[in-house]
Amino acid sequence: MALVLTEEQSMLRDSARGLISDKAPVSHLRHLRDSKDPTGFSKELWHAFAEMGFAGLLVPEEFGGSGLGYVEAGIVMEEIGRTLMPSPFLATSVVAASALNRGGNAAQKSEYLPKIASGSLLATLAIDEGAKHRPLQTSLQAVRAGNGFKLSGAKALVVDGHVADLVIVAARTAGSAGERDGLTLFLVNPKAKGVAVERTIMVDAHNAARIELANVEVNADSVLGEVDQGAALLDGVLDVGRGAVAAEMVGLSDEVFGRTVEYLKNRKQFGKLIGEFQALQHRAAELYVDIEITRAATMKALQALDADVAKAAQAVAVAKARAGTTATRAVQEGVQMHGGMGMTDQFDIGFFMKRARVCEELFGDANYHTEQLARARGY
Amino acid sequence: MSDTETAELETFRNETRAWLEANCPPEMRKPATSDADVFWGGRNAKFSSEPQRIWFERMRDKGWTVPDWPKEYGGGGLSAAEHKVLRAEMGRIGARPPLSSFGIWMLGPALLKYGNDAQKTEHLPKIAAGEIRWCQGYSEPNAGSDLASLQTRAESDGDDFVITGQKIWTSYANYADWIFCLVRTDPAAKKHDGISFILFDMTSKGVTTKPILLISGYSPFCETFFDGVRVPKSHVVGTVNRGWDVAKYLLQHERAMISGMGERGVGRPLGQIATDSVGTDALGRLDDAMLRGKIASFDVDEAALAACAERAVDLAKAGQAHPAFSSAMKYYGTELNKRRYEILMSAGGVDALEWESERSKHGARPRAWLRTKANSIEGGTSEVMLGIVAKRILDLPGA
Repeated sequence: MALVLTEEQSMLRDSARGLISDKAPVSHLRHLRDSKDPTGFSKELWHAFAEMGFAGLLVPEEFGGSGLGYVEAGIVMEEIGRTLMPSPFLATSVVAASALNRGGNAAQKSEYLPKIASGSLLATLAIDEGAKHRPLQTSLQAVRAGNGFKLSGAKALVVDGHVADLVIVAARTAGSAGERDGLTLFLVNPKAKGVAVERTIMVDAHNAARIELANVEVNADSVLGEVDQGAALLDGVLDVGRGAVAAEMVGLSDEVFGRTVEYLKNRKQFGKLIGEFQALQHRAAELYVDIEITRAATMKALQALDADVAKAAQAVAVAKARAGTTATRAVQEGVQMHGGMGMTDQFDIGFFMKRARVCEELFGDANYHTEQLARARGY
Repeated sequence: MSDTETAELETFRNETRAWLEANCPPEMRKPATSDADVFWGGRNAKFSSEPQRIWFERMRDKGWTVPDWPKEYGGGGLSAAEHKVLRAEMGRIGARPPLSSFGIWMLGPALLKYGNDAQKTEHLPKIAAGEIRWCQGYSEPNAGSDLASLQTRAESDGDDFVITGQKIWTSYANYADWIFCLVRTDPAAKKHDGISFILFDMTSKGVTTKPILLISGYSPFCETFFDGVRVPKSHVVGTVNRGWDVAKYLLQHERAMISGMGERGVGRPLGQIATDSVGTDALGRLDDAMLRGKIASFDVDEAALAACAERAVDLAKAGQAHPAFSSAMKYYGTELNKRRYEILMSAGGVDALEWESERSKHGARPRAWLRTKANSIEGGTSEVMLGIVAKRILDLPGA
């Protein structure tokens, strides 16, 4: 498949860009932050997303969705990255929808997927426990109790955790931390007894939460996929999330870069435009090359996910690793080349730096994914 | 793509896979180990092995030395999608290119765009069939990065130009049959406006070549001298004094070629090569954590660059490519290839230092390592590439 957008995909990009740039420029995020908005995103905009078919973009048509693929989800994520729009799209429409669609039984799919597509249900995945993303280190315990399970433990960096109606919790039903066997995914109602949700205001002003579970009772119907055999499902869902975040980082990097190049063409010092200085020209050119290579690697990963999620791991690792180093470089050069202005809160560029830092930690940073590639290749 | 087209492409893939399986000798399913193992064609060409000859002749007969050139010029006439399938299927079995040639990589595309019918008919089929080996007369002692300041002059004399001057870094000039050459036809014009692109036979009276010994101990480049070489004016490609257009177009192809020099995705992976020589720790991992990290970062970047190279071709086919993008690819590809060889030298340790022994294949690795240092100089330095990206793609001001 060609690594260029089809006509339909270009139209999707244009309509996403139209809506997002019009209704949610960076000032939208700034307003949500400054007003300490309790929801952390615009419900009105989320309804607009649902009406345009974005909320259910990955949901099959039989459940009321658009039935599109990961390349299309990446297109929307890239546009989100350009304006840093806070949106339930990542946690609900990409990660949770994929988890339910790939791992859910008929009853679970028909209960949740139509609500995701209509925009009436917010969902998220709770995976990280320590400071770093280490899925196999999951130690949140799920012990059998009667007909169901009791869950106890803590999760961090749960995106949209404080507004979610449904939390997909990765837990350990057997084995010990570090082992692949013994992982199970559970569908947990955050209003259930024993669940404590703490919204954590993060550096990027996007939604995240810590969730503690103390003997939370769930019934057997709450298991997503198979008991003890959740690792494969989790791998696939995480890879989908990684591909989507990589796409967001491509959009973010490209936007920061575009703004920086504009600045180089307008800012004068020593009697000339600073973009005339070769020291800055070469750094800008290197960054351009980095972004284009990462864009291609990300498209490749999203296409690989569309072809077969189970075989996309290496392509995804490459994309997320590259997205991490590229976005980090883009925001650092962005701030540096904007000089003192880049350090001010009044100027938007800092928002990109903050969001890039969070995206880097989401679902594994560049070091993690580079290590994964080395292991996959056996050295 | 319609369902019919998809089905036809699948048929093509199956047929191609079967044909390659039946026709590509096992010896040709691994990368060449030395320059002598690469077939360059030409009047004096010799095959280094029987499988090399068989592979070349079979591919030539199908037009697959130049799969996407028109059939009338000895090409395969493949569509963009079919060509991509052929490349993928050759990659799948590790099949090496049957013919390496500056005619294929550089002159051919320029002739297809700027050549007249007589020139295309005369030269393209001989390139496709490997009958004529070409060299490139671009750089001069005082015209390196500033190529357009070249001084080799071509003076009008009736139906001929008479060419006098010196070229340098002429790759394989001592083996080449013909040269495509930049000459100054109007010394009074501004430097970009007085240049012509001309073709002539290296056996012409007045042409001499002198190999240059490099740090690798090899001499892939020559000094080339022209002393009153008489060339018919009909050998000018494009318009007289507009040769810079042809030169730039050809450079895009040259840079694309050089960016792909890193033998991506073929041969043994770096991680394995390093593991074999360095050893592993208790966890079975490469017993040099810093080197392991460098290799892993290299692998990430190499895979990403491969995707970008694929995308560059797709963009070109879709008419969405920026003409200067090959400069971006050239910059990154050559810097990456230098990284590859720094890693290989580090992984090889003492074994990679031997220069002459049979055991070391006459110092194949250190010589190749030194050779890669030219990658970011030849065809335009990394600094020139970044300047082109800054000005032509990013539209930054100045110079």
